Amino acid sequence: MKKNLSVDVHHLARVEGHGNIKVRVANGRLAEARWDVVETPRFFEVMLKDKHYTAAGILTARICGICSIGHCLASVRATEHAFGITIPEVAADLRLLAKHGETLQSHVLHMFFLAVPDFLGLPSAIPLKDLKPEVFALVARLKKLGNVICDVVAGRTTHPVSIQVGGMARMPDKHVLQDLRAQLENALGDLDAAVDLFAGLELPDFERETEFVSLKGDRNYAFIGGRLISSDGTEMDESDYRGMTNEYVTERNTSKWCKLSRESFAVGALARFNNNFHRLHAKARAVAAKLGLAPVCHNPFMCNVAQLIECVHVVHDSMRIIDKLLADPPTDTIAPVTPRAGVGVGAVEVPRGILYHEYEYNRSGRVVRANCVIPTTQNNANIHHDLEALVRKYAADDDMTDEKLELLCSMLVRAYDPCISCSVH
Amino acid sequence: MKHLHIQQKRPKIGVFDFTGCEGCEMQLANKEETLGAFLNAIEIVNFREVSSAIGNDYDVALIDGAVSRPDEIERLKAIRQQAGLLVAMGSCACFGGVNRLKNAYNLDDANREVYGLHPKETMPTVSVKEVVPVDLEVPGCPVNKDEIEQVVQHLVFGLPLPKFAYPVCLQCKQRFTICRFDIGELCLGPITRAGCGAPCPAGGLGCWGCRGGVDNANFDEFLTLCREKGFSERDVNDRLEFFGGFREHEALEAARRNQAVAREAEDEKES
Repeated sequence: MKKNLSVDVHHLARVEGHGNIKVRVANGRLAEARWDVVETPRFFEVMLKDKHYTAAGILTARICGICSIGHCLASVRATEHAFGITIPEVAADLRLLAKHGETLQSHVLHMFFLAVPDFLGLPSAIPLKDLKPEVFALVARLKKLGNVICDVVAGRTTHPVSIQVGGMARMPDKHVLQDLRAQLENALGDLDAAVDLFAGLELPDFERETEFVSLKGDRNYAFIGGRLISSDGTEMDESDYRGMTNEYVTERNTSKWCKLSRESFAVGALARFNNNFHRLHAKARAVAAKLGLAPVCHNPFMCNVAQLIECVHVVHDSMRIIDKLLADPPTDTIAPVTPRAGVGVGAVEVPRGILYHEYEYNRSGRVVRANCVIPTTQNNANIHHDLEALVRKYAADDDMTDEKLELLCSMLVRAYDPCISCSVH
Repeated sequence: MKHLHIQQKRPKIGVFDFTGCEGCEMQLANKEETLGAFLNAIEIVNFREVSSAIGNDYDVALIDGAVSRPDEIERLKAIRQQAGLLVAMGSCACFGGVNRLKNAYNLDDANREVYGLHPKETMPTVSVKEVVPVDLEVPGCPVNKDEIEQVVQHLVFGLPLPKFAYPVCLQCKQRFTICRFDIGELCLGPITRAGCGAPCPAGGLGCWGCRGGVDNANFDEFLTLCREKGFSERDVNDRLEFFGGFREHEALEAARRNQAVAREAEDEKES
C-alpha cells in the first residue's frame, strides 16, 4: 500500500535548545524531510568585540550550559596562541582532567536522561526513579562523578572559574586528588553495569555513508588541540579550521551550516571513535568490542554507544592524570601573560564534537574580531541529510505510522546530542 | 510525599527556556545526592529539555533565559497567564544576563556581521520582568541549585526563603578564601548579593557580579577602593555591565561617567 505520512515536531523535546522536524511522505515516497534550527541568536561574536582577554573565556563559557568548560578551554587556547604563550605542563594535565569531567557528565546526561527513555518507551528518565531505582542511582552516581571532577579542577561544574589565560588558577589539594582517584576507581563497577544496560538496547539498523571530522590523535585520543583530520582524507592545521568547516548561512536556520568534501559531515563521539579508535584506552576498546562497535561505523544511532565507550576512556585516563599530578613535583600552574596584537585559534573536542574559537587582539589585549564554530553547527546539515535517508528507508514499511516515524526521526536527532543554543550562539 | 505523616501537595512545575545557554535548567539535574528527593517533592509537568511529556497544568513556572525576539514575548505572556507563581531563574531571566551586552551594538550591523545576506529576527535583550510581572527572582550564572531547592521547600513545607542581605565578601570569609583585592585583583564581592557560596574567588577568580547588587551596598566606597587599588573606570565598568545585574544601581552610572574619558585615553595609546 502506498502511504502518506506526516511528522511535525515543534521544539523537539529532550535536546538542548529549539529545533523542529518536518517530514512529508506522499504515496510512499519522500516529499520533504527537514531539520530546522529556530533558536534565538545571541550574537556572541559581536559581544566579544572590545572585551578584555580576561573576559573572553568567562563570556564564551556562557555560550553553552553543558559544555561551558570546553568553550572556556577553546577560548583561552585561542588567546594563548594569539599572545604566543606556552602553558605549564601541569596546567595542560589539569585542563585535560577538567575536560574529562565534562565529557563524563555530559555523556551520562545525554545517554540516560535524553536518549535512553526512547528505548524504554518512557517520556523522560524521571520515572526510572521509581521503576528502576538501581539504574537511577547508578546514573546519578556517574553524573555526580563527572561534576565532582569539574568542581575540583575547574572550580565549578557549569561556567568554570579556574581555567584562565596562561594556565590554571590553582592546583587542587593533594588529598582532594587522592579522594577523587578513589571515587574514579569505585566508578568502574558502575560503568560495567552501564555497559550491560546498553548491551540490552536495540538500536535502529540505519547507515548513511558519512565524512567524519575530529582532532587527529598522534599519541593519544585527542581532546585538546592538535591537527585536524577527516575520514575522507583531509588533514589541516588547527589554525586552518575555516578550511575544515566552510560555514554558510541558510534562509531557514538561525544556525549556520557546514560542509567539507561532501554536502555535509559529522563531528562528535562517533567521529572521534572512527578517526582515533586505536588511541582509546584498552578497556574502552574492550567495551567497544562487547557492544559491537568497530570503526568505521556509519550508523548515527551508534553515537550513543560511542559516548559510553568514551566514558570508560575518560575515567581510566583521569586516573592516569591524577597519578601523574600526584607524582610530579609541584610547579606553577599558570604562565605570565603579556598581551600583544595577533590572531589565535583554539580547537577542543567538546562532548558533541570539535569546537573552534578564533580571536584577533589589539595591543591592549582587547578583542578586535571573534569567530566561534560550534560542533552542532557542523552537524546540522548532516542531521538534515540523515533524516532524508532515514525517512526513505522506513517510509515504505508496511506497519509504518506517523507516530513511529516521529519517534525514529526524534531518536535520530537525539543521537547527535545536539546543543542547539550553542550552535546558534 | 509525606512530611510528619501529613500528605504534602507536590507543586506542579513547568520549566521554560528562552534566550540563553540552558545552563540553569541543567542545574536542576545536578546536586545528584538529593536529586531523588527533589524530584519526589515536585511534579514536573512541562520541561521540554528533559521530557517529551508536555502538559500545561503547571502552577509554578521556572523561567530560564532572557527575552530577545518578539515570539518570546508572546510565549512568556502565555506562561504568565497559566502560572500562579513565576520564578525568574538565573541572571539571564533576572537581568538579561550576558545576552544584554549585545544591546551596546547596532543590531543591524551585528546581524550583517554574523549572518551576511540572511539577517535573522532579533531585538534588544530584556529581562523577564521587563515583559511580565515576576514573583520571585533567583539570580546567578548559573543559578545555585540549593536556592531552587529552597524555593521548593518554601512551597511544600512553608519554610522561609533565605534573604541574602549581605555581600559575597561574607561568604568568602566563611570559607577562608584569600581576598582577591589583597593579591592585586579586581572583585565585585563587596557589592554583590551573596547566596552563591563564593565559588569564584575560591577558584581563583574575582567576583564578576552575576547575582546583581546587594541591598544597601556602599557603591561610593567600593569605587573609591577600586581607584585606590589602581583599577581603571573601564575595568570596573566592564564588570558592572557584564551580567546586567547592576543596571539599576548608581555604581554603574558613576562608573559610566568616567568611562568615555578612559576609553579615549586607551584608544589613543593603541593608535
